[in-house]
Amino acid sequence: MANVISDETMEYVGILAKLELKDEEKESARQDMQKMLDYVDKLNELDTSKVEPMTHIFEMGNVFREDEVTNGDDRDAMLANAPEVKEGQYKVPKTVE
Amino acid sequence: MEIKDMTAVQLSAAIKEGKITVSDAVEASLAAVRASEDAIHAFLLVDEEGARARAAEVQKKIDAGELTGPLAGVPIAIKDNICTKGLATTCASKILQNFVPTYDAEVITRLEEAGAVIIGKTNMDEFAMGSTTETSAYGVTKNPWNTEHVPGGSSGGSCAAVAAGEVPMALGSDTGGSIRQPSSFCGVTGMKPTYGTVSRYGLIAYGSSLDQIGPVAKDVTDCAALLQTVASYDAKDATSMKRDDYDFMSALKEDVSDLKIGIPNSYFGEGLDPQVKESILKAADVLKARGAEVEYFDLDLIDYAIPAYYVIASAEASSNLERFDGVKYGFRAKEYEGLHDMYKKSRSEGFGPEVKRRIMLGSFVLSSGYYDAYYLKALRTKALIKQEFDRAFEKYDMILSPAAPSTAPRLGESLSDPLQMYLGDIYTVSVNLAGLPGITVPCGMDDKGLPIGMQLIGDCFSEKKLFRAAYTYEQARGAFGQPEKR
Repeated sequence: MANVISDETMEYVGILAKLELKDEEKESARQDMQKMLDYVDKLNELDTSKVEPMTHIFEMGNVFREDEVTNGDDRDAMLANAPEVKEGQYKVPKTVE
Repeated sequence: MEIKDMTAVQLSAAIKEGKITVSDAVEASLAAVRASEDAIHAFLLVDEEGARARAAEVQKKIDAGELTGPLAGVPIAIKDNICTKGLATTCASKILQNFVPTYDAEVITRLEEAGAVIIGKTNMDEFAMGSTTETSAYGVTKNPWNTEHVPGGSSGGSCAAVAAGEVPMALGSDTGGSIRQPSSFCGVTGMKPTYGTVSRYGLIAYGSSLDQIGPVAKDVTDCAALLQTVASYDAKDATSMKRDDYDFMSALKEDVSDLKIGIPNSYFGEGLDPQVKESILKAADVLKARGAEVEYFDLDLIDYAIPAYYVIASAEASSNLERFDGVKYGFRAKEYEGLHDMYKKSRSEGFGPEVKRRIMLGSFVLSSGYYDAYYLKALRTKALIKQEFDRAFEKYDMILSPAAPSTAPRLGESLSDPLQMYLGDIYTVSVNLAGLPGITVPCGMDDKGLPIGMQLIGDCFSEKKLFRAAYTYEQARGAFGQPEKR
């Protein structure tokens, strides 16, 4: 598979990744991605048609536990890490007009 | 013996015998930090005040007979992607500048219960993405053996701190070799345990199916002591495994006569530095002389491990790093128009180039239209690699290999060509893909005076066998030496 990463693809990936590259970063990012994908294409040499994708190395089911609160109220300490806070809440730019 | 020259276990024994105090140990460590940091820069934060206060507390508990473990009173450094309550934890990234966790990682709680004393937080590649510690947003760490060379990465700060004698031991994390490769470059002993052995609760996630916290130490004994201190089943980590036996120190015996060790032919081909090769094969001879059966065998698929790894690790990274959005912690861009622009600008200004590169690649391989061709393909390859190791471990107790194809490169030589840098992970990434344990032990020096490390890879849950073989080798090898005292 020959990968031709277009500017449109990079634009789309930028939206997914929530990243906005500067103009001078864009071309090198595109080339890096192109190079990496060309390299990853090596995987196509392998016949994996009879292999299931392996997400976890051990056979594991979902792990359940009771939803119990075990930690204390760290509200102030947690808010102290936020860039902007207002009246005990995280402050973000206006989202609804 | 000077405190600085003692191993962690020796230091704790001397403290428990009353020959020295915890405060002596902590002051010796802080003095070593002051003496080395200008040249090495292994630390992002040194908590002098906290360490001194803690030393007094631990001393009381040792005197009262409440703390009797092998690491009671020993100073330790912590990689900066492990959350420490009240101590800034940045992942060496601008986007987490000034982030102060409100809770301790499970490993930190374990260390506190064992009476270890945290000296500070160590430098790393940003979000553990890199092989040189040069992608840190807060300056590079230098190799204590030769400060014109990198310490390796991503746990370069932890390994350099131990090599320079600033602390007797440290915690690192290993997603694709990030403990084993810098341990090799810095001439220290490091282990990546079986996936699920050490709780990841409080480890800032990079590639969740690959990440493991592990020990970095002066020798195999300390490595086993530190692993048994931090390893545990933890309900707070859904991938945590319940193991029957955490007594790793009981494996420290000089005996390899029952062990069959395989050396993969494919690991010794093109691209391996001849001096590294020679040194690893000498180590194999040492193990053979001690009674191990050593033979060459074919381990296939080596060329597919790196592409599969970078697809999976980048995919997981792109998902894990979505949480950094300039709202709850860390950096927020100064100028933006609206919420989405704030996310984008904060992330674009807050992340460094290597992190952005992996987030972009990860977002691409997970996007609709490419998910099957790249992400699922990589997961299928992972299954094949796992099968290949399963077959190897039907015949062999462990695999002997280099930890890296070369010794530590010079500063500034690696980042210009990312793909070339990724190829340096050839001996380490497949171990993470298959969830296996691996230990690196120093086994020689090259003609530039830089350390070479050998890696022993075992089947899942076979840490004790690895410790036994590594310990036997280490006893035969004798003292490895330290970088020249500066």
